[in-house]
Amino acid sequence: MMSAPRLVQVRENVLKHNDVLARSLRQKFRDAGVFVVSLVSSPGAGKTELLEKTMKSLIRDLRVGALVGDLATNNDAERLERSNAPVKQITTGTVCHLEAQMVEDALRSWDLDDLDLLFIENVGNLVCPSSYDLGEELRIVLMSTTEGEDKPLKYPTIFNTADVAVITKTDIAEAVEFDLEKALGSIRCVRPGMRVFSLSAKTGSGMDEWIDWLKERSAAAKEPELTHVSAVNFSIGT
Amino acid sequence: MHELSIALSIVDIATEAAKENGGGKVDALYLKLGRLSGVVKDALLFSWELACADTPLKGSRLVIEEVPIVIHCSVCDADRTVDSMNGFDCPVCREPAAAIVSGKELQLTALEIL
Repeated sequence: MMSAPRLVQVRENVLKHNDVLARSLRQKFRDAGVFVVSLVSSPGAGKTELLEKTMKSLIRDLRVGALVGDLATNNDAERLERSNAPVKQITTGTVCHLEAQMVEDALRSWDLDDLDLLFIENVGNLVCPSSYDLGEELRIVLMSTTEGEDKPLKYPTIFNTADVAVITKTDIAEAVEFDLEKALGSIRCVRPGMRVFSLSAKTGSGMDEWIDWLKERSAAAKEPELTHVSAVNFSIGT
Repeated sequence: MHELSIALSIVDIATEAAKENGGGKVDALYLKLGRLSGVVKDALLFSWELACADTPLKGSRLVIEEVPIVIHCSVCDADRTVDSMNGFDCPVCREPAAAIVSGKELQLTALEIL
């Protein structure tokens, strides 16, 4: 005889496995005093260019490194190696985003005590990376002036899960008739109070403010009681 | 398009939960899916059959409850449902949202076991 169906309460976050691993990575980074920043954007927004210039500048004062995610090729890692910082490519195959497990695997041969600041460049994608916590302290979302001012409204999830926005390629803003105020309004609408940098990695305009901010935040990560304030919050609800 | 890997995670969690609760054939899975979760309902349902193939969950139904985006407005001192995806300003007074109350859920809430 068939028994009556029974209802079992589960209440498990579907990404529990990733979240648990990301939390342990975050703790490991904090214990080692490594400030970890991830970068997300659509393909071609300028993540690698910004990272190359940023690392070249930071390497004078800090021990920086980067993990770069792509579906295929080592091109980005080769580009970033020009900064003389340690770089490792994570090739995801057909996977459209990085997961905490990939970060943990990539870091296996690295000693965190040799680093002050670690960048994690996600796969160029404004959708899927938003669901996966990587254990980073801050998530930075990039949008270039060529993409249109309403990008944040079109991809609210990724902008809402990010902590800081960077508007890139401001050197061609005029040519593409980019309206900065309108873009800032779109960002405010999906993530009120978000810190926004506006820069051109090519000309260097706005780079000083960005670099100084990274140095400040990285120094603060060495003093545990001052950090943890703006950690990426992936919890459900508030 | 990461819904297939999300579906595979659901299969893992449900298989484990069914085992912990005395086993049996899982007939239905209840999932809360926030509109701000970054996961698309139709794509997830499309992936479901493939994700369950060759697992004990083969033939099960994935029942999705979509959770709207609810923000807290500090000016109105009220929670408001944001009906469009065009930003999270308060629909009543246009003040930017002070906090997101719900809409990020991606949670397996219950299983129906035969």
